[in-house]
Amino acid sequence: MASSIPASARADDVPVGAAALAGGRGRRTRRLAVAGAGFVLLLVVVAVAAPALAPYDPVRQSLRARLAAPTLAGPDGKAHLLGTDHLGRDVLSRVIFGARVSLAVGFAAVVVGGLVGAVLGLLAGFRRGWSDSVIMTLADAQLAFPFILLAIGIIAVLGPSFPTLILVVGLSGWVNYARILRGQVLGLRSREFVDAIHGLGGSVLRIVVRHILPNVMSSLVVIATLELARAIVLEATLSFLGLGIQPPTPSWGGMVHEGREYLDSAWWISTAPGLVLMATSLVVSRTGDWLRDLLDPTLRGE
Amino acid sequence: MRGLLPFLGSRLLRALVALWLVSTVVFVVMRLSGDPVPLLLPPDAPRSEIFRVRAELGLDRPLIVQYAVFLGNALRGDFGRSIHFREPAVRVVAGYLPATVELGLTAFALAALVALPVGVVSAVRRNSLVDQVSMTIALIGQAAPTFFIGILFILVVSLRLGWLPTSGRGDWRNLVLPALTLGAFAMASIARLTRSAMLEVLRADFIRTARAKGVAETLVIVKHALKNAAVPIVTITGLQFGTLLGGAVVTETVFAWPGIGRLAIQSIYNRDYPVVQCTVFVSAVLFIVINLCIDVFYGLLDPRVRTS
Repeated sequence: MASSIPASARADDVPVGAAALAGGRGRRTRRLAVAGAGFVLLLVVVAVAAPALAPYDPVRQSLRARLAAPTLAGPDGKAHLLGTDHLGRDVLSRVIFGARVSLAVGFAAVVVGGLVGAVLGLLAGFRRGWSDSVIMTLADAQLAFPFILLAIGIIAVLGPSFPTLILVVGLSGWVNYARILRGQVLGLRSREFVDAIHGLGGSVLRIVVRHILPNVMSSLVVIATLELARAIVLEATLSFLGLGIQPPTPSWGGMVHEGREYLDSAWWISTAPGLVLMATSLVVSRTGDWLRDLLDPTLRGE
Repeated sequence: MRGLLPFLGSRLLRALVALWLVSTVVFVVMRLSGDPVPLLLPPDAPRSEIFRVRAELGLDRPLIVQYAVFLGNALRGDFGRSIHFREPAVRVVAGYLPATVELGLTAFALAALVALPVGVVSAVRRNSLVDQVSMTIALIGQAAPTFFIGILFILVVSLRLGWLPTSGRGDWRNLVLPALTLGAFAMASIARLTRSAMLEVLRADFIRTARAKGVAETLVIVKHALKNAAVPIVTITGLQFGTLLGGAVVTETVFAWPGIGRLAIQSIYNRDYPVVQCTVFVSAVLFIVINLCIDVFYGLLDPRVRTS
């Protein structure tokens, strides 16, 4: 979250992107980006405050209230706004708690992928030479392969766990950061200000951290937002396949999987978490698009 | 055709490097899992038996030797015997492959056949109702997780309306929903890109010239505009073909489609590592070969690509 808010605020001092859009459209895009960031913030609040917001314990089972349709007065005399699942657990409570898994894995994966990708991208762009070749060959190889198969192989061996999931989902995304940052650094390092700092005795580390990094920050924010949507969907997909978060911990992908066998009789078990997941993915990725239009329209072709 | 051979050579080299990297990762991941011998033997097997099998599988040799042997075996298509099916892993995978190819090709054909006209019409009738509706659907299609699209299809089309079967492989009716699910992302991406590529070209001067000459509008769109928008469309279409392979894992699981994606997942549950490795390797080869073909096709289509 911390990454999205300064991003939309920064939009004011990035005239290139804003000017590229017609005045009216630019304002609309900015409003949409802020709304999208607001949605993510809302999700974070829901995830953090889940114990206070959820009407019931998400893992408490109730034989009496099994497979109850969305109702205000269930067989156990309680309201279940999104019904109950095959073990009588409240679906709404589980969807609310599921936001924790999605966002925790999503943000952690963005951090892991972003750190690895940014470091490698900066290295490749700044050092050039063989480290550039090695890093870009690795990136090509990873892009040349459906990552989900590799993820499945790794999880099969290491066993599904929270850290494994973060690592796998995070590493699935480093290439995008690395490629875009490398391109930008290649352009920046030949500029006079880099030579000037170098001439004044600034170390390479200082140049990268104090001068290159702030210049590529807006691109980083855009990629991170798009990556967040991708990471959330990948986590849900792995959990749906039984390779992610293990039951009884509620996760959106896992809930869709559990409800599959009851699609005919209790459609709400799969549909509720699935629709929330779909909406989250749509809003977050659109927010990334809007941020890109505002902050860095040159990324559009990527 | 000058420059075509070096171009092909560099692409082939890159494909081989990618394949080598993937097989190395498969090897490393396999070794991370520790000693597979106890999994192969009954729990009460004597120590001498464990040592015998370990020596038989070459697991007592130095890691570098094991790596060389693994690469050699992989090149010859030898991934060991499936623990679950009790036959060579590569034969198991070969048996499941046709179903995946059938699903993948159908999904791809459906995606291209639907997306191209939709993209062209959306560009020509920009901001019309057709454009807005189809682009909204495309946005949703790009963002929605594949597995949930499949679940929604089963819920609405199979269970509520009763039009098509929910799972399994049989005649064309079994194929429609899995192919639509698998193709959804590609369809959405191709439609959006076709639209923007067409919009770009329709602004060009030569289109105005063609119209001014009195060329029929249909001819302008198809012959002048679409032909010039083809290069980016072919690129993205090719890329989408590759990602279909990854989506097959999910789609096959949702629809109980007997292909290699579902086989991979089931083999993980069965702890049938030889089959998992073989599936990953075969998919990698398929993916790389497809991409190589697309690169070659692209190089033939647009000579400028060869030099870059």
